[in-house]
Amino acid sequence: MFKFFKITCQEANEICNKSQYNEATLLEKVKLNIHIAVCKICAMYSKQNAKLTDIFRAKAIDCKNHVHCMKEEDKELLKEKLKEMSS
Amino acid sequence: MSETSKNQLLDPDTWVDSYSDYLFNYAIVRVNNSDIAKDLVQETFFAGLRSAKNFEGKSTERTWLISILKRKIIDYYRKINSKKGQAEVRMSFYEDGENEGSWIEERVPQSWDSETEKEIENEELKNQIDDCIDHLPEKYAMVFRMKTIQEFETEEICKELDITPSNLWVIIHRARTQLRSCMEKNWFNK
Repeated sequence: MFKFFKITCQEANEICNKSQYNEATLLEKVKLNIHIAVCKICAMYSKQNAKLTDIFRAKAIDCKNHVHCMKEEDKELLKEKLKEMSS
Repeated sequence: MSETSKNQLLDPDTWVDSYSDYLFNYAIVRVNNSDIAKDLVQETFFAGLRSAKNFEGKSTERTWLISILKRKIIDYYRKINSKKGQAEVRMSFYEDGENEGSWIEERVPQSWDSETEKEIENEELKNQIDDCIDHLPEKYAMVFRMKTIQEFETEEICKELDITPSNLWVIIHRARTQLRSCMEKNWFNK
């Protein structure tokens, strides 16, 4: 029974990364939590990973509202090229 | 107008004014590089001109151009995916033997200075993240940004780049592993 839930540190890492996006399955989360309860290194890793996720999210919010436009001079160049090609 | 671009349903002369910003923005949030995005938009318009005779008016002009751009983005992803000599991610775990899957002692994560619990709304910190992402192999950076910064659904990314979910998670895992050590070295334990 216990063996069924046993995972390596590497697997714990992979699940931990997946769960940063809320996409780990329930079974995976159970396995991860059991592992973290006994493995200090992975527990620390998980905590740090969550912190990174917070930082990335702040970055994502930052980028969300930013609309990129093409430079006017690039547009003019592109217009000329298209004209050339279609004439 | 040449033969190929004669199509009553399309008006290529207005393309740049009408669609270049939209296509450019679509491309740049995926490739995160304005020169590459610019090239992709240009290629899209060129391909649109070349295949104008195939446009049947079943979709709008914009939808049709986006579908061309999507194919250009897949092509671009395949190109960077096949690039040789990419920096490989250092393994943190034993690959075989009785310790398989356990941390390699000297690669064990270090604890971070508690002092850096400071706010995450910090310009310097954001620049450092950008810097670390830019150091990732190109395809890791692209998938990581789409998933984490642009917050696209897994399914959407897989469809757009023509990869499998397990493929995506391997890339995300490697990207995060590399980013973690980059941030540890350059920010948390600087």
